[in-house]
Amino acid sequence: MRRAVAVNALLALLGVATLVPLAWMASVSLMAPGEAAHTPPPLWPAHATVANYAALFGQLDMARYLANSLTLAILATLLSLGFNVTAGYAFAKLEFRGRDRLFRLLIAALVIPAQVAMIPLFLLCKELALVNSFVGVLVPNLATVFGIFLVRQYALSIPTEMLEAARVDGAGEWRIFLSIVLPALTPILITLAIFAFVTSWSDFLWPLIILNDADKQTLPVALANLSREHVQDIELMMAGAVVTLVPVLLLFLALQRFYIGGLLAGSVKG
Amino acid sequence: MTREAAAWTFVAPALAALGLFFALPVAAALVLSFTDFDIYALADLGNLRFVGLDNYLTLLRTPLFWKALGNTTEFVVLGVPLSIALSLGAALLVNARAARFRAFFRTVYFAPVVTTLVAVALIWRYLFHAQYGLIDWGLGLLGIAPIDWLGDPDWAMPAIVLFAVWKNFGYNMIILLAGLQTIPDELYEAARIDGAGALAQLRHVTLPALAPVLLVVSILTMAGYFQLFAEPYVMTQGGPVQSTTSILYLMVDQGFKFWNLGQASAIAFVLFAILFVLTLAQFALVRRWSRA
Repeated sequence: MRRAVAVNALLALLGVATLVPLAWMASVSLMAPGEAAHTPPPLWPAHATVANYAALFGQLDMARYLANSLTLAILATLLSLGFNVTAGYAFAKLEFRGRDRLFRLLIAALVIPAQVAMIPLFLLCKELALVNSFVGVLVPNLATVFGIFLVRQYALSIPTEMLEAARVDGAGEWRIFLSIVLPALTPILITLAIFAFVTSWSDFLWPLIILNDADKQTLPVALANLSREHVQDIELMMAGAVVTLVPVLLLFLALQRFYIGGLLAGSVKG
Repeated sequence: MTREAAAWTFVAPALAALGLFFALPVAAALVLSFTDFDIYALADLGNLRFVGLDNYLTLLRTPLFWKALGNTTEFVVLGVPLSIALSLGAALLVNARAARFRAFFRTVYFAPVVTTLVAVALIWRYLFHAQYGLIDWGLGLLGIAPIDWLGDPDWAMPAIVLFAVWKNFGYNMIILLAGLQTIPDELYEAARIDGAGALAQLRHVTLPALAPVLLVVSILTMAGYFQLFAEPYVMTQGGPVQSTTSILYLMVDQGFKFWNLGQASAIAFVLFAILFVLTLAQFALVRRWSRA
């Protein structure tokens, strides 16, 4: 009995510790400018106001950054699906020379941190005139080893007999892919889509390097820049954080089953 | 079209993208790290010279490189065990038989993982504020004198560690939770019959069963933590007195602020070499463990 109380008290305590920073952010974002800069720090706005949001979207071009981030995240998601799904399926279910060796090579490449490629990638983008363009932001994440791996692990469970039966009936490989494989892969497609969306939305270093113009920037880069100019404006910055976090948190809450399930498929079963 | 040819049409786009935008740049980075590629070479490749190992030797003689390596190591050494301990604690709590609202708490603990790093780093920058910060106010209630977390060279990195642990523990918790659920109840039953209490069960049943998962988790976490960058970029800009300048921070500064792209490539490869050796070492450990 005492143990049950202790377990649940600790669960609640850790829950509070996890949520306090986010709740504080939301509360401060509704405070009047300057209100948060007091000792002791106020926990609630004296008079809740949306003035900070008005300033973000009015004078600071937040709508543009939001639109940039959304556009890039949606494109990154579609491209990730386009490149990774066919490859993941082929590594699981189609036969071609050197398949297993190639797959092992891809997995081994996971030890290379992405930042190693970043400097030559920048020079390559410069050669291809992709610096300061959305295409430049998108190219490093077209195909990813993680995405291919995720789809492959799931596609292994598609019964080979089903594919063979379709081949006997004379269906071509692409026809089989579209009419049999894709429907069977639906859950993992959703998982891959969320991962791609969240990764693109949160990405910081590469967009910071590749985008120069203020009006092309993504939310995280714009927020980091704003925070250097507006160090004292706690309330304004917290409103910016809310705008940046709400879309991904909502997406996560709506689709968390696929997110957490995919994380397990990608890490433990491997 | 033969089946072999059809199969290649499925993999070719992904392989081409990975080759052009990953494998080629990685190979090029190695070459670059042996050149003096700088702003002059950026303007005209005629100014590019091969300098052999000069970039690496320069690094070894640069105090800031050693400082950055030390800072990053501090972050890893403090952050990885703390992260995994909290992940394990949270997983044990959520998995406990007495636990209520499990799904709710699992979701809550995981929420920071999906948050955007720059945005939450901003939140924590203010939480750590020496005057108006919630954390010092909380410590004050406990009678602890305020700490200038991000302004004191001794506290800035520990502060970033605390933030990173908050941000990341939910990820490993999910993986450990899955590991916990594969441990058969009979093992606990047998331990209880032998008179093992909760702690003895944790030590003799749970931890040994989780060992392989814990090792995988520690490899992944360590690799991730060595790539520290955005946290100091947003919270401290590498300071105070360069106490939070990480290896990657140094690489970005060298590469994209001073345009010493050759030097920056060498830094990237040093990071890669460290990760490679540590990963191999941990794999060797896993192998020895599973043989024993």
